[in-house]
Amino acid sequence: MAEPVLEIRNLNVDYGLGDRAVHAVRDVNLTLHRGEVLGLAGESGSGKSTLAYGLTRLLAPPGVITGGQVIYHPAQGSSYDVLALSDNGLREWRWAETAIVFQGAMNSLNPVHKISTQLMDVLKAHEPNMSAHSRAARAREMLKLVGISADRMDAYPHQLSGGMRQRVMIGMALILQPQVVIMDEPTTALDVVMQRQILGQLIELRERLGFSVIFITHDLSLLVEFSNRIAIMYGGRIVEEAPANTIYRDALHPYSKGLLSSFPALRGPRRELTGIPGSPPDLAGMPAGCSFHPRCPKAFEPCGSAIPVLGRPDTPDGAGRSVACWLHPAEQPVG
Amino acid sequence: MKYFLQRIGFYVFTAWAAITLNFFIPRMVPGDPVQSLIAKYKGQLSTDAMQSLYILFGLDQHKSMWAEYVDYWKQIFHGDLGLSFTFFPAPVSQVISQALPWTLLLVGITTIISFLLGTSLGVVAGWRRGSWTDGLLPVTTFFSSVPYFWLGIIAIYLLAGPDSFFPSSGGFDSGLVPAWDQYFIPSAIQHSLLPALTILISSVSGWILSMRNMMVTVASEDYITVAHAKGLSERRVALSYAARNALLPNVSGFALSLGFIVGGTLLVEIVFSYPGLGFTLLQALGARDYPLMQGIFLIITIAVLVANLLADIAYLLLDPRTRKDG
Repeated sequence: MAEPVLEIRNLNVDYGLGDRAVHAVRDVNLTLHRGEVLGLAGESGSGKSTLAYGLTRLLAPPGVITGGQVIYHPAQGSSYDVLALSDNGLREWRWAETAIVFQGAMNSLNPVHKISTQLMDVLKAHEPNMSAHSRAARAREMLKLVGISADRMDAYPHQLSGGMRQRVMIGMALILQPQVVIMDEPTTALDVVMQRQILGQLIELRERLGFSVIFITHDLSLLVEFSNRIAIMYGGRIVEEAPANTIYRDALHPYSKGLLSSFPALRGPRRELTGIPGSPPDLAGMPAGCSFHPRCPKAFEPCGSAIPVLGRPDTPDGAGRSVACWLHPAEQPVG
Repeated sequence: MKYFLQRIGFYVFTAWAAITLNFFIPRMVPGDPVQSLIAKYKGQLSTDAMQSLYILFGLDQHKSMWAEYVDYWKQIFHGDLGLSFTFFPAPVSQVISQALPWTLLLVGITTIISFLLGTSLGVVAGWRRGSWTDGLLPVTTFFSSVPYFWLGIIAIYLLAGPDSFFPSSGGFDSGLVPAWDQYFIPSAIQHSLLPALTILISSVSGWILSMRNMMVTVASEDYITVAHAKGLSERRVALSYAARNALLPNVSGFALSLGFIVGGTLLVEIVFSYPGLGFTLLQALGARDYPLMQGIFLIITIAVLVANLLADIAYLLLDPRTRKDG
């Protein structure tokens, strides 16, 4: 397997401090490899966006990182912990190494500045020696890359459609050629046709430019199609991680199965959509043991008392995948 | 451009309506200017003099309302606002042009300082929400709800007096003649400090509060998170992204307050007996000086309309979303 570019180790994120803190992300271990598309799926409130904000240190108060490491491996030079960077170091790391495309395509652009200004102020901040002329040239180039004609440079965000704005954001994310691009539900605000178009374009760009993607969504069927590996989150923990095809064919965790049957498959035979009974857990009052057990159709004795560890399952294809479920107790804990 | 012309048309219509009201209202008030002038001279006027006053004020001709209305418009376009009764025989335009600079300088400068200061403080307070700056809020809320004139009375009571540096009334020392010289200007500044401070303290709080609240609202917008994620400097995010958007409502508020510079601080001028337009208006009211009142109302109306127009232009310049294509 390719070498890692981003390693999340035992990351914990809380909202609030002290006893009343809500643990939104707990003991997450996740590795993103070079050139890979890693999907992160889960219901609303499962902690997937918090994980993305946590690893880039963009959490708005009262969010706090209470523990863990985010090890970044730059293309050249030695690895470092993003969480230990100084403010200046962090500013330089952001966007240049890891860029983000956010959920709200409609609100990600500053309404009072032209898109050219917003594309170029990244360059101004990160490459201060660049001339104004080459900044403009680079901005035009990025717009062309995402299929927007250069005469839209002087457009204001409100003059663009939702799909165009999100493409501008993708172009902006790639302008410094980062190694990692985090996509936080990049297409939720768009219609289905636009979703496909933009994701297809993104995958094409990834093949051309070779960056890695962390793709966050609750739409598992989209992930199965577009990602290499998928990690499923529930109640702030990763409950299953496996190659995309493996999850699709043979998910082990009952929650993953539930998620899969909540979305219509893009291809293959018709099947009935079932959904998952109950609602996502209240992060402030997590059930004991496996947090999914109150909703789990297969819950049995140990589920209510002990938290299952994420580890290699006891199945024949156990290598290269991990699951946190008492049905498949870990042979070898990961992390 | 079409939008802009529509606005202009709207303002022209409003100006016409205001001036027309300005013409009719004094004529509906009972009483007669000559009578009040006679009262002013306490019966020392002869009947001939009274008769000539009626002729002078055009009250002898018993013209129709319409003819008077047409004359009124003609006069306005000639800049002739009639003769003042109180400062008889000075023309109204002269009385106003003497009082206006006092008000414009005092209130104008304090309004601009107050806006700039309040907005900057609001940006800082909003951006550093949760720090010590939050402690300022109760204080600013208190001052923004205190009326100007009450603060003025307190200021006079506490700070002004026979031995104090701050004079309690007037616009300059009574021994001086208004001129641009080294005696008059320091005296004028000294006299304006206390009223200016009064206006500043009670108006700056409003700017701080509104700007701070807008900053807090804007700070939770997605594009602010994006700006942080882009690795822009804190300063650039705060100013070019947060403050630039938070400023919009404050700018229109500022343009509107420019309109009220002319007539808005009447009570402060009265409290400090400041020789501005507000104080003049009070004198005009007391003496039923219709031409002067009409003149002052006309100036105030025009100022408010011009300020509204400025607000529209400022919005067009600052917010691209208000510009229409084509």
